[in-house]
Amino acid sequence: MAEVILEKWQQAVSTVNIGATRADGGSRSHVVKVGGESTLPFLFSEGSLPNRPVIAFELCDIVPADWPQELASAYGAGFGDPLSWAQKCVKEYQAKILCLRLQGAHPDFGNKSAEEEAGLISALLKKVDVPLIILGCGDDAKDNLVLPAVCQAAKGERCLIGEAVQDNYKTLVASVLADGHNIIAQSPIDINIAKQLNILISDMGLALEKIVINPTIGALGYGLEYAYSIMERSRLAALAGDKTMACPFIAYVGQEAWRAKEARAEAGQGIIWEMLTATALIQAGADILVMRHPLAVEKANNYIEELMRTNGV
Amino acid sequence: MALSGLDIYKLLPKTNCRECGFVTCLAFAMALAKKSISIDKCPYLTPEAKKALEESSLPPIKLVTLGTGENKLEVGNESVMFRHEEKFHHPCGLGFIIEDSLKDAEIKERLERINKLKFERVGQALNVSLAAIRQNGEAKRFREAVKLAADNTNLALALMSSDLAAIRPALELIKERRPLIYSAAKDNLAEMAKLAKEFKAALVVSAPELEALSGLAKELSNQGVNDLILEIGKKSISARIWDLTQQRRQALKKSIRSLGYPSLVVVDEKDPYEETIQAATYISKYAGIVLIKGIEPWQALSLLTLRQNIYTDPQKPLQIEPNLYAVGQANEKSPVLVTTNFSLTYYTVLGEVEASKVPAYVISVDTEGMSVLTAWAAEKFTPEKITEALNKFGVKDKVSRTRLIIPGYVAVLSGDLEDKSGWQILVGPKEASGIPSFLKNL
Ligand code: SF4
Repeated sequence: MAEVILEKWQQAVSTVNIGATRADGGSRSHVVKVGGESTLPFLFSEGSLPNRPVIAFELCDIVPADWPQELASAYGAGFGDPLSWAQKCVKEYQAKILCLRLQGAHPDFGNKSAEEEAGLISALLKKVDVPLIILGCGDDAKDNLVLPAVCQAAKGERCLIGEAVQDNYKTLVASVLADGHNIIAQSPIDINIAKQLNILISDMGLALEKIVINPTIGALGYGLEYAYSIMERSRLAALAGDKTMACPFIAYVGQEAWRAKEARAEAGQGIIWEMLTATALIQAGADILVMRHPLAVEKANNYIEELMRTNGV
Repeated sequence: MALSGLDIYKLLPKTNCRECGFVTCLAFAMALAKKSISIDKCPYLTPEAKKALEESSLPPIKLVTLGTGENKLEVGNESVMFRHEEKFHHPCGLGFIIEDSLKDAEIKERLERINKLKFERVGQALNVSLAAIRQNGEAKRFREAVKLAADNTNLALALMSSDLAAIRPALELIKERRPLIYSAAKDNLAEMAKLAKEFKAALVVSAPELEALSGLAKELSNQGVNDLILEIGKKSISARIWDLTQQRRQALKKSIRSLGYPSLVVVDEKDPYEETIQAATYISKYAGIVLIKGIEPWQALSLLTLRQNIYTDPQKPLQIEPNLYAVGQANEKSPVLVTTNFSLTYYTVLGEVEASKVPAYVISVDTEGMSVLTAWAAEKFTPEKITEALNKFGVKDKVSRTRLIIPGYVAVLSGDLEDKSGWQILVGPKEASGIPSFLKNL
């Protein structure tokens, strides 16, 4: 055998800081750092991976429309009540970061007002002290009303807010910029859109170091391979020196996995579907995985810990 | 690594004697580079040049075959580090370790359960590959367990033992089945090589580090054993990923022959979830064979699904033949749905139509394997294309009512499609999961 082959990468993925402690002007108990890799997933002999991939528990401001019973019963009484649901994740499951989806703002799911959602965020920030990811309802017009109010309610807490899309990013970028948050930029399995959108966002003055890419994923058996390869290609481009691609990835693992037919076919199978979707995407370079079932989260967390044991035998 | 025409030219006599049928050595070299002629045509090649040329035309990672007939497993022949660069060629084999210390009835039961691990997804059969018998005690017991396996499964077999006195009699039993021997190591190399040759078996060679492994593989190859599979001893997951990555880099980028073989990983993990997660990791990262102990159907289904995803050709998404498909006892009163010919889309729709218990027709339009939205964006799922499919498959002659259900995501096509096709258009649900209630309330 010849010498060990080491790739000479040009740059590292940027590090995004989510959450602000008192020292940074916020009220979180800790900061979650994501990104920063200077090599491909877990090749510690070649570069550094200073921050472990993190798992965010997904919650909803209402009883979520499309979650199966298996998930509802995993959370028990707090399911659908965001404050006690959040507390359960933090207290019982040691969640280090939460991802709240404001589905209730959607015109079809209750049409909650911007004030209501902003009020919820203020209450949630008091209830739990972990960093937050906050997602709109997916209706562009409504999100443009709700998310600015939400950003303001969480001013200085350095949340991660989503999502900016190619034809609707300006309102969100402006709010995120004004209130000191980070942003999620969504690009449906397309590297060029991801680049363009990141450039558009940074042109508005939000630093690339404040952007997390959502490459949009498919679950195991449902197009997982597209996301897997898009993430590998994007990460290779980032490591090779493309600044506009050097952002961490977020993957909505729970959302996709629990849609799979197999996940709903048999009790227990959804957990495995969520777990293996996460496994593959962790190996493709995912930095934040938004997940739903506590057992799938626990197993994925153990796996990540094992992966980060660099000098293990 | 393939040599260029100029690289080959440097190895030729450069006398332009024309005996090969080419005017110059350079012309012959160019033909060789294109693989359109055999090197034997030049009678003046030095033995060294010949060896170099032969080696350069070998694939960088050898294709190794185990088992026979329908249950043959081929691994190796990989050519890229990342699937998007071309594709991963030979899906990783998934095998199950069975301890010979189990009672006969338990071994039989396990084999029966392993035989049943067969699934179908998006029109492809998903199968497991290997039954691996592991020795825990006496040679005699090992032979009995191998006999049980041979009699109760057609899967390829692996013999897990380093006890030469146990392996030989076991090999005698299954010599026709092209088994895998696990494993040769530094201290039994010569004996294992002899057995592998004698029984035409593939051989796993193990070492604690890549460097040592490379040395052992080279020695085996010098002894004429070339159907090798490489294994690095127990390490942390990340250390293994590094070794598997490094091994493939050495084989592909530096043409290191002694590492140009498929690799094998034994997952030794009691918790079935963690076992599955680790196996999934190695399926994604370059393993040719993964052996686990767990035989739960959910483990096999999820791992084989992952394997299918990773080994799908990125340039050629799985497609089905564009056609009109009848679901259930479809008749002239049945509804007609249209979708694309991307397998995943089609089978998802098909599954939901079946679940609705409403007999129906499903048209798959030739969208070159693209999903609904992608095809729509790429203009492969247009009013013209859909109209063409309606005519081509003679859908009018099958049903009395010309009413077509289109996917909710392409509702915008309605007006145009109605004009072009003359059919009444009904916008169906966006997600396939909405189909059953949609059809029932039609
Ligand atoms: S036979 Fe060999 S030496 Fe003669 S021209 Fe052909 S390549 Fe050259």
